[in-house]
Amino acid sequence: MAKINLNREPMPRQDPKLRVKNFNEVALGYSAEQAKAEASRCIQCPKRSCVEGCPVDIDIPDFIRAIRDDDMPEAVRILKSKNSLPGICGRVCPQETQCEVKCALDKKGAPIAIGRLERYVADWERANMGPAGSKVAPPKPTGHKVAVVGSGPAGLTAAADLAKMGHSVTLFEALHVAGGVLMYGIPEFRLPKAIVKAEVDYVASLGVDIMLDVVVGKTMSVDELLGNGYRAIFLGPGAGAPMFLNIPGENLNGVYSANEFLTRVNLMKAYQFPQYDTPVKVGQRVGVVGGGNVAMDAARCALRLGAEEVYIVYRRSEVEMPARREEVENAKEEGIQFRLLTNPKQFIGSDQNWVAGMECYQMELGEPDASGRRRPIAIPGSEFILKVDVAIAALGTRPNPIIPATTEGLETSRWGTIIADEVTGKTVKPAVWAGGDIVTGAATVISAMGAGKRAALDIDKSLRG
Amino acid sequence: MYQILLKEDLVVKVHLFKIAAPNVAGKARAGQFVIIRIDEKGERIPLTIADWDRKEGSVTVVFMEVGTTTHRLAELKKGDGIANFIGPLGKPTHIDNFGTVVCVAGGFAVATIYPIARALREKGNRVTSIMGARSKDLIFWEDRLRSVSNQLIVTTDDGSYGRKGLVTEPLKELLEAGGVDRVIAIGPSIMMKFSAKTTEPFGVKTIVSLNPIMVDGTGMCGCCRVSVGGATRFVCVDGPDFDGHEVDWDLLLARQRTYLDEEKLSFEQYQSRGKSGP
Repeated sequence: MAKINLNREPMPRQDPKLRVKNFNEVALGYSAEQAKAEASRCIQCPKRSCVEGCPVDIDIPDFIRAIRDDDMPEAVRILKSKNSLPGICGRVCPQETQCEVKCALDKKGAPIAIGRLERYVADWERANMGPAGSKVAPPKPTGHKVAVVGSGPAGLTAAADLAKMGHSVTLFEALHVAGGVLMYGIPEFRLPKAIVKAEVDYVASLGVDIMLDVVVGKTMSVDELLGNGYRAIFLGPGAGAPMFLNIPGENLNGVYSANEFLTRVNLMKAYQFPQYDTPVKVGQRVGVVGGGNVAMDAARCALRLGAEEVYIVYRRSEVEMPARREEVENAKEEGIQFRLLTNPKQFIGSDQNWVAGMECYQMELGEPDASGRRRPIAIPGSEFILKVDVAIAALGTRPNPIIPATTEGLETSRWGTIIADEVTGKTVKPAVWAGGDIVTGAATVISAMGAGKRAALDIDKSLRG
Repeated sequence: MYQILLKEDLVVKVHLFKIAAPNVAGKARAGQFVIIRIDEKGERIPLTIADWDRKEGSVTVVFMEVGTTTHRLAELKKGDGIANFIGPLGKPTHIDNFGTVVCVAGGFAVATIYPIARALREKGNRVTSIMGARSKDLIFWEDRLRSVSNQLIVTTDDGSYGRKGLVTEPLKELLEAGGVDRVIAIGPSIMMKFSAKTTEPFGVKTIVSLNPIMVDGTGMCGCCRVSVGGATRFVCVDGPDFDGHEVDWDLLLARQRTYLDEEKLSFEQYQSRGKSGP
């Protein structure tokens, strides 16, 4: 066997100076040569620990071997047999904490770039195999109708898997496009909407009927769906309700939730205003409160929309930041300014009810709290004013209350999440399963997909009785 | 696409669409709203439901030409389609037998108050309705509102029809005469604010239907947040009806002005590209 190669193929990226002026994708993807070189580094170890790290059980070493052997259709087949959304996962999954951290080469500091290879396979398929990609043989219809509520990562995955099992699936979406957070939340430069659309089209090509503009709980209730012949329902409506800081001045004009700011920019295409009708205020100085991926996304959108100074205001230090390392680095390269150990006390308004500044505390870290991270404590007398004309609260999201509030017989936690079996997603309500952020609270795309996958298996088992 | 089954030009700049939307029609109740988006480039805006026909599967909305979206909407004709029509959203107006209810409508909100007055009447309330407009040529649905009211008072700002003055004047007289158990006031924010101020000294519960800027309309963005009784509420899921005495009106009015500059720019672009151009 050849000597182990520890030179991880770097991901080609748009130059930071150029990319802050456009919404095009930052990471450009591997060339065929780079993909093959990276795939060839995989030692095909018998332990296959990477697969254990994958919430949807992709046969990772096998698709990597197919890339190495120049058998791309086979790589596509292996990948798609477990993951219906590889172009999305290859871009936004935190592989560094899932499959890649389990890689035998991780200990040597150079795990195989599984995410980048996954993306390469998905992009190759889209470019070379047409919109529907690798069509699977149509399964034998079971005659069972299943409803899936919410077309985000959990719902798309559950719908695709159930359709592949032969069930007749209807996917209900409240917004005017399918994709959920993949469409309204994650920006174009990190996840191009054409990729989401292609993968949604793939799910539709499996026979899933996608019904847009239906707010389950309002337009029709869960019990009405059950009465209309749906034998099982998977609830994946996500955690769509924004959290605010609950400090004075939060309702001033120019203070956004990250959800609103990103929805205006990504879903409604406010970055093309006035060609598109939805506006967004950007201002010159933007303060984004929070330290997760959503905060990075909002800050980087604001920069691309022309803000001169963009701050990440985060109450802990950089080590505790929940955002992916890669996104923090991207943000820094682009010129986002990090105000760490800083926490807003109140928003200061102008006489026109517009936000003019954020009064902030300097913070210090105390003993670890329930999350295991050191608790931030305000330093008395440390208040200072950060001048901003737009502020964005990226503090996480809560489950949207519409479905729990309008559905009899579901159990919810005090955080508003739906209580469901950790493995199967089964709720206490007969014929109803749930998964994704509505069960876990805000988490990752891939964990929601894993929940969708496991629920689909359990629904199938229950329907086949 | 959601087809326009009927278009009526009610008065200058105010139009009625009856739209085919069976799912929404099946669930609509007085006081709820829909979110519409005209086409791929359109914004999402809320429109209050004015009526519905469950058998026909249609929902009626009434709107006034104000900015780009409502002007573009007004260009559509019978048979045309709207890309998205989502609802019914928000909580329905609380309907019960309250006794005597005064329904106050400012401007084209007569279309919003009509199904509410009808529902109240069906519940056995004595309904007195007040509808106000700037002038006679802006009055519509007088007969319709009269048909569901025990008493109807019409006011115009310029005195060209009915009683001269604002809706708050007859409202005050009715309150002074006594026996009013509840007031429902719907119209421009400023009119709702002053209606609530009029009723406050009399201690009569006053329900208003707020109309902030919205995006998704399902509790996802928080754009429509208002302060009611000192607490932040989302109009799209917690409302649109609130106790008018507890609403922070100045905050609502300020937030409605968030995009004045952009609205102006968008409208200039719309006019310069010759209405429904590219």
